[in-house]
Amino acid sequence: MPKDFGVGASTKRREDVRFLTGNGQYTDDMNVHGQAHVHFVRSEVANGVLKSVDTSAAAAMAGVVRVFTGADFEGVGGLPCGWQITDRHGEPMKEPAHPVLAQGKVRHVGDPIAAVVAETAAQARDAAEAVSCEIEEQPAVTDMKAALGGGALVHDEIGSNLCYDWGFVEENREAVEEAIRGAHHVTTLELTNNRLIPNAMEPRVAIGDYNPSTDESTLYTTSQNPHVIRLLMGAFVLGLPEHKLRVVAPDVGGGFGSKIFHYAEEALCTFAARQLKRAVKWTASRSESFITDAHGRDHVTKIELALDKDGNFLAIRTETCANMGAYLSTFSTSVPTWLHGTLMAGNYKTPLIYVNVKAVFTNTVPVDAYRGAGRPEATFQLERVIDKAARELNMNPIELRRRNFIGADEFPYSTPVAVQYDTGNYQATMDKLVDIADIDGFSGRAESSAARGKLRGLGVNCYIEACGIAPSNLVGQLGARAGLYESATVRVNATGSVTVMTGSHSHGQGHETTFPQVVADMLGIEEGQVNIQHGDTANTPMGMGTYGSRSIAVGGAAMVRATEKIISKAKKIAAHLLEAPEGDIEFKDGSFAVAGTDKSVAWGDVCLAAYVPHNYPLEELEPGLEETAFYDPANFTFPAGAYACEVEVDPETGKVDICSFAAADDFGNVINPMIVDGQVHGGIAQGIGQALLEHATYDDNGQLLAGSYMDYAMPRADDVPSLVVDHSCQTPCTHNPLGVKGCGEAGAIGSPPAVVNAVIDALERGGHSVGHIDMPVSPSRVWAAING
Amino acid sequence: MYNFDFERPSSLADAIVALAQEDSQALAGGQTLIPTLKNRLANPAKLVSLMAIDDLQGVAVGDGVVCVKAATTHVAAAAGAAGSFPALAELAGNIGDPAVRNRGTVGGSLANNDPSACYPAAALATGATIVTNLREISADEFFTGMFGTALGDGEIITEVRFPVPDAANYQKFEQPASRFALVGVFVARFGDRARVAVTGASEDGVFRWVEAESALFGNFTKASLDGLELSPEGLIGDIHGSAEYRAHLTKIMAGRAVAAC
Ligand SMILES: Cc1cc2nc3c(=O)[nH]c(=O)nc-3n(C[C@H](O)[C@H](O)[C@H](O)COP(=O)(O)OP(=O)(O)OC[C@H]3O[C@@H](n4cnc5c(N)ncnc54)[C@H](O)[C@@H]3O)c2cc1C
Repeated sequence: MPKDFGVGASTKRREDVRFLTGNGQYTDDMNVHGQAHVHFVRSEVANGVLKSVDTSAAAAMAGVVRVFTGADFEGVGGLPCGWQITDRHGEPMKEPAHPVLAQGKVRHVGDPIAAVVAETAAQARDAAEAVSCEIEEQPAVTDMKAALGGGALVHDEIGSNLCYDWGFVEENREAVEEAIRGAHHVTTLELTNNRLIPNAMEPRVAIGDYNPSTDESTLYTTSQNPHVIRLLMGAFVLGLPEHKLRVVAPDVGGGFGSKIFHYAEEALCTFAARQLKRAVKWTASRSESFITDAHGRDHVTKIELALDKDGNFLAIRTETCANMGAYLSTFSTSVPTWLHGTLMAGNYKTPLIYVNVKAVFTNTVPVDAYRGAGRPEATFQLERVIDKAARELNMNPIELRRRNFIGADEFPYSTPVAVQYDTGNYQATMDKLVDIADIDGFSGRAESSAARGKLRGLGVNCYIEACGIAPSNLVGQLGARAGLYESATVRVNATGSVTVMTGSHSHGQGHETTFPQVVADMLGIEEGQVNIQHGDTANTPMGMGTYGSRSIAVGGAAMVRATEKIISKAKKIAAHLLEAPEGDIEFKDGSFAVAGTDKSVAWGDVCLAAYVPHNYPLEELEPGLEETAFYDPANFTFPAGAYACEVEVDPETGKVDICSFAAADDFGNVINPMIVDGQVHGGIAQGIGQALLEHATYDDNGQLLAGSYMDYAMPRADDVPSLVVDHSCQTPCTHNPLGVKGCGEAGAIGSPPAVVNAVIDALERGGHSVGHIDMPVSPSRVWAAING
Repeated sequence: MYNFDFERPSSLADAIVALAQEDSQALAGGQTLIPTLKNRLANPAKLVSLMAIDDLQGVAVGDGVVCVKAATTHVAAAAGAAGSFPALAELAGNIGDPAVRNRGTVGGSLANNDPSACYPAAALATGATIVTNLREISADEFFTGMFGTALGDGEIITEVRFPVPDAANYQKFEQPASRFALVGVFVARFGDRARVAVTGASEDGVFRWVEAESALFGNFTKASLDGLELSPEGLIGDIHGSAEYRAHLTKIMAGRAVAAC
């Protein structure tokens, strides 16, 4: 029976009332008294020496308050990178400076050169056109092979375009080489994981504000993690201590990773507000978003899978070039390494794995985490090479996977890439998939497609992801420059309602609904009695924010811990009120009872006593009922699943239509099944976008060719079929109190290989031996492959 | 956007006067012009809206001709032509999305002559007459290359007269992002004569595929096109498809259009 409230209930998203009625408060909805507006002058060339910037004409124009250039930021720190990678030889990565406004050089189209502050946005834009920049254009480098092969330099001071050459696990290098050399069969696949533009519905916005009388700065920004921005910008860029800097991220209209990072515009607005002693606002245009939001993916990979004669996996070796773009964005360096290499075991027992990643600077927009972040790249290559191996060995791709699955009885399972999976049951999710996707009925459907002149294909794959990235002491050893705990303060109000201040941040995930479900369940009160506050460093405990499917697994766990503290204290108060020993108090359904008696006191009475402590053990217990907890998990969580996609290919045009898509996920325990469905739906839509449509391509001069929606194809409703989603296979996480694993990225991680496997299957069945087609599998690419 | 003056005349005569002034420009549905202005790629001194002129609105059917007034939106054109010229109605009903179809106009589409737009294919395949405030221009004369037309400065399209073919069909293969035509082929048969107009494919904008027309002459079947190949020379190659791919699609779409007639 589905529950109708609390954990496990599909409670409707309470935040949607304000979002759908136009009552959201997004950053651009906010206007600070006396604010000025900023417009950025950006480089139109991808690589060049910035000889001079003449702002005099602009400064004299109507309404202009001040024009900032790189010179204003001498002595001010650059934008920091949050994760240091140590290369194969024990050397730290190359970490070039990333100035707030360009100094001496421009390195990608969109690189900010000057910031014009004026009374109105239109005046700022007009004046920006009058800023004249003398730039000596140099050849640009956008292709990673060219960048490593002696092409133009992005950062002259480094002397090459190599950021790092990472080996993992370096000690396995020789053994993997030997296993591959001696294997019965080796399948090799070279592929590209296409560059994507995140395209959150809400473009980025920043408002810097300053109060000269208190020397306090406030930044309103479209961020997934306001505390992280406060730390990075305060400590590393502007030198502002936390108690003088408040960061507010109000309603945020989607992020998908792109709003994790600290951006130059945030620092500029905060800095300018202090200089000008008035608020300064910037709102990105959509065109600006295309060339300034950190892009995603962009890997070029060669993967080899060695098998014995029975199809058992013996070894995997993968070599990847990962595009960093022109500068190191906040978490860019961790994505192709720790978020990618550690996932290369997938759902399988492969004894030997070696991962090599070369991170490369190019004259393109910085690349960083985007929904899935490293894990889609790992999953795609692994699940594509397995499919190719099955074809080469004439084995059923599902059977080949099943043969190599880690068994349900083998958990906890330590992989050769340094992680330990706590739980899982991959045969069960595959069984579920075979059922919900009606895999047995495929051949009948293929016949009816053939009758209409279409080629039908079936693609199946598995995925594993590591969510709730942790623990802090481990990631610290791996180079993270931050902790990865989460925090919550549970404040019980005098009349029994509850306010939870969480360090997690909701920008579409539905925390305002799901978090109360958990707390209300624990306290035996109605969900409506619990409210969530997030997104403001002034009233939430230091938290690391929301990304990596970590909110319920880490933030939710912190909230549970704080609520446990509340219950424990409330029991003491109840014991006093009931004149019974604390050990005899039982708390159930919102009532404290003395075991074995009919004596009880209600939740509300205990809360009132805490705040009106007339009859209260003041000598032993503080009044009030408010607790904070910080939770640092013992391990990642490991959601996993199996996905199936069916496509029809029109062999005359190369057009691919997705006929059906099924997803069987194991997310451990599920708080709100409806919201989980929605997360999976959105993830799959994005994965379909990557697989069939989206492609951020540059020309040789470093101009973005898909710089607007006229050329950058986002998935639309008619690109996505009705999705069959199931999460009834549940192996709860063993190390967090809710037994949850996280579901935010699964769809985006698991779906691209299913789509591409299906297209290749359709073509192979149709007699076209194409091997592989890179994403996006566009009609023209399919046609070219068929006629190749 | 730069600043501009705005006028919204209610008669054609007033519009003509307003458009005679230097640096003034007609505004119809704004689906092309407004984004251009927003990106600061145009800087007209004055915009003259044609949308309040009754004489430029509506669809008239008669004498084997469907006459669409220039400022008729795609939605209104689709409704007005549905009974008399279904292929044209279908074309109009598949342009862009509902917002675009409720604003964009046939006159704006032809005047703009986007190399991937749909209406130019219908005009050229039917041998339509583009009527302006000054003259009548045959479709064969009207389109003069990518974004180019025979219109003079300040000249206003007032209506488009589409001869209704005995059979017609438009096949549009959508560019995945914009959903304009990556290749669109409009085939119109009048008696045993066929006209085939191709949009989306050529660097010179919409064109007639005369080899296909000859092949279809007197033998209006898909099979008649079998032996034909369109040369990729002069065709558009971009991130959505090579010139070769567009050449191939032209043939496929032409075949499908003939089969659907
Ligand atoms: C998202 C999107 C998708 C689209 N998809 C398609 C598609 O699939 N197929 C397609 O064919 N089109 C498509 N369009 C274009 C659309 O159909 C419009 O027809 C087109 O933008 C021009 O018409 P308009 O009325 O908006 O003209 P405007 O933008 O107002 O004007 C365009 C130009 O024509 C001039 N002009 C306008 N009317 C006249 C006139 N009567 N006489 C002389 N000059 C005039 C203007 O001065 C201007 O130079 C799309 C547009 C958008 C925004």
